[in-house]
Amino acid sequence: MNFDPRYSNRSFTSVGTRPIRPDGVDKVTGRARYGADFNMAGQLVGRVLRSPHPHAKIRKIDTAKAEKLAGVKAVITAADLPDLTDGDAAMYDILDNCMARKKALYDGHAVAAVAAVDARTARQALKLIEVDYEVLLHVTDVDEAMKHTAPLLNDAIFTEGLEEKPVKPSNVTKRTQFGHGDIHEGFGQADFVVKRSFKTEQTHQGYIEPHACVASVSSDGTADLWVCTQGHFVYRQHCAQLLGMEASKLRVTSSEIGGGFGGKTHVWAEPVALALARKAGRPVKLVMTRDEVFRASGPTSATSIDVRIGARKDGTITAAEATLRYSCGPYAGMWAEIGAMTAFACYRLENVRTVGYEVLVNRPKTAAYRAPSAPMAAFAVESAIDELAKEIGMDPVEFRIRNAAQEGTRSSYGPVYGPIGIGPTLEAAKNHPHMKAPLGKNQGRGMACGFWFNFGGQTCTDLNIGMDGSVSLAVGTVDVGGSRASLSLVAAEELGIAYEQVKAVVADTSSLGYNDMTDGSRGTFSSSMATISAARNTIKILRERAAQMWDIPVDDVVWEKGHAIAKGEKYGNLAALSLKEIAAASGKTGGPIAGHSELVADGAGVSFATHICDIEVDPETGTTRVLRYTVVQDAGKAVHPTYVEGQYQGGAAQGIGWALNEEYIYGKDGRLQNPGFLDYRIPVCSDLPMIDTQILEIPNPNHPYGVRGVGETSIVPPLAAIANAVSNAAGVRMTHIPMSPPRILAAIEAERGG
Amino acid sequence: MAGVAVSTTINGDNVEYLCQPDETLLDVLRDRLGLTGAKEGCGTGDCGACSIILDDRLVCSCLVLGAEAEGRRVETIEGMAHGDRLHPLQQKFLEHAALQCGICTPGFLIAAKDLLAKNPDPTEEEIRFGLAGNLCRCTGYDKIVRAVQDAASVMKGA
Repeated sequence: MNFDPRYSNRSFTSVGTRPIRPDGVDKVTGRARYGADFNMAGQLVGRVLRSPHPHAKIRKIDTAKAEKLAGVKAVITAADLPDLTDGDAAMYDILDNCMARKKALYDGHAVAAVAAVDARTARQALKLIEVDYEVLLHVTDVDEAMKHTAPLLNDAIFTEGLEEKPVKPSNVTKRTQFGHGDIHEGFGQADFVVKRSFKTEQTHQGYIEPHACVASVSSDGTADLWVCTQGHFVYRQHCAQLLGMEASKLRVTSSEIGGGFGGKTHVWAEPVALALARKAGRPVKLVMTRDEVFRASGPTSATSIDVRIGARKDGTITAAEATLRYSCGPYAGMWAEIGAMTAFACYRLENVRTVGYEVLVNRPKTAAYRAPSAPMAAFAVESAIDELAKEIGMDPVEFRIRNAAQEGTRSSYGPVYGPIGIGPTLEAAKNHPHMKAPLGKNQGRGMACGFWFNFGGQTCTDLNIGMDGSVSLAVGTVDVGGSRASLSLVAAEELGIAYEQVKAVVADTSSLGYNDMTDGSRGTFSSSMATISAARNTIKILRERAAQMWDIPVDDVVWEKGHAIAKGEKYGNLAALSLKEIAAASGKTGGPIAGHSELVADGAGVSFATHICDIEVDPETGTTRVLRYTVVQDAGKAVHPTYVEGQYQGGAAQGIGWALNEEYIYGKDGRLQNPGFLDYRIPVCSDLPMIDTQILEIPNPNHPYGVRGVGETSIVPPLAAIANAVSNAAGVRMTHIPMSPPRILAAIEAERGG
Repeated sequence: MAGVAVSTTINGDNVEYLCQPDETLLDVLRDRLGLTGAKEGCGTGDCGACSIILDDRLVCSCLVLGAEAEGRRVETIEGMAHGDRLHPLQQKFLEHAALQCGICTPGFLIAAKDLLAKNPDPTEEEIRFGLAGNLCRCTGYDKIVRAVQDAASVMKGA
């Protein structure tokens, strides 16, 4: 049946309410099962041996002694994961990252793994594996890695996207460019120009649950994988391909997930666990330590960004330009490309150009981190925008309002916008009481805007009606923060029944068709679209069954408030049939009642936010305190407003950590010096104030309820908003994130000295 | 290595187990006793996800040896509700949506219970510092603090 995803204005009964989530009680009683909470009979403990060197050739690995240790059931190296990628370069990189093949490319790169009867034996076995390394020169800094003199990570990489094909290999895998107009002409029209360079350090998603999985492979080639992941269908595909299995023979069940934020979108240990289980002939549980999570999962990029923006005296931006260099770890990525696309997306620009460079460094492979690449670009651009407003003598909010993108604006990355929320979020921020609150000594206020694309993607959903009229909703998008509640609300809304009558579950890969990852803020957007479609398909069957029960034409039956109603005066004596009554009769009217939906959820509406924050800076020590924080963001339609607020607050808190504290610190030896929560300090409760939220609802025209993704945009503005606040408080422009006390103090002292 | 025989009380029940001398209480709870409500987020006492109460004292069970539980009283998240009746903190965490992924939730609930036992009427600042040993990466703590405030007022009235 054709499904029309277009928005239509309507009043809601369930959507927009705030019920308790269906997985809540299990999570407050300790009953919910996460990655490491699952066990199989006869299970072994897996452990991974990791390179202590940031860059080294692997000459030889001798596993003989480890294999002889009592209790060791399997030892594997890259030789046990043969290359089956058949020329697929991206898959080869995933394989090489799971287990180093010829070279170790970062401190923490896996080189071998063992499965043993217990953790102690496994640890002992790792010590008995002898790896003969030839240590190579390394590079961890993004700017250093771009130099011609830098050690090369991969001599088969020649920069793509240059006008002339380079003759020498490079650590720069790709150059990309976006924009329109003529920036030279635009800068010619400018009365004021701000030009600045910025740096941001590498940060980690910092999910509290380390990666964990349990793998079991039977001798008939079937296998099971229990794993914490943002996308079990994608994990199945990748694992099956890397291990030479048929996808349908590998059943992947997603556990409850203890945070992902983009970091659980890649396979790291799962193919290793499957290879160990296959070799040992027993299930293997593999859980990363926190040290391993920091050293060997996927943090975000470190960046170096140059920005130039010009404007006329009247406050109109005439030209904008940015050059963005993003670290990718040792494998090609598209991180700078995304940064280049998002950098100026908030503004209506006639002349704009952004250039991105993807840079290989001896650090772990970069993975997505909530609106990946956008926060760093926004930090640079929104800092320069603030500075430009100051030079012109305009209020920073007014300056942004004057130049904000609108419906019909051609975005800096190409597409023309539909109805968007940047203007409304700015107006709301301008009128927010926070903007007018007084500030004390050494306190500064900053604000900034942010943009994220949002994503839709492949989605498959089943809606089954029980004999008792209760509804089982099986979705394939992993629930990372309350989507089972929001999807139950949507099913209840569409069917016209109570929220409590619906039970949503995340189905395993053998129970449902393929679903893309829960990424790109797509969980509620795409699965609600599929749920609406499945519910409408169910309603069609419910109407048919009612028509059959009444023996009247189906066209005379309508569905209203959870009931089939015979339409027309001639049916005046027919009492409405409830969903429960139709379900109870289903055995006699054609069998089980179910609705399915398989679709590509196109048209994810772009998302905008404006943040305001107040920071106090101690000029003697450089320490900071966040005094007040406000998030204004467009949700399209907030399905469960409390969880929408939660997404806004959580993104802001991660952004605050990134802005002020968090960074990967590498020593001269190329080793990560702070792979733990003590030294990689994420915000704790006493670091933060309450985080105020304001939800705007500018309907997405491409979703029946107007829903937009909400999960990611909230991390885009904080770096810049806080940098602007700190700069205003300290009286000096901050250009290096995180703004840790030593950096702030150095900036203040340089300003005083200068 | 020979196991250590331990006799202890967990959530009011007498429990006996054998563990290795170097095995943490967290590993004993999770791997030997099937009490997986306490989580290992770091193994170094930095995240608080493994919080339990040991003889009225809030501790990270990853920093306690299994053998140290001998003759002591252990309270875990599994013992917080009375049958199917949730503790007010559990109920308020649900009502305020004070959890997103939920991995830190058992640790927060145990820490909050300990906090309210010692200070039934905490200020926001006292809550924030009282829970500063527990990391949450999803919520920004806002709704957690509100849930604890609300639970405190309910428990005072009870």
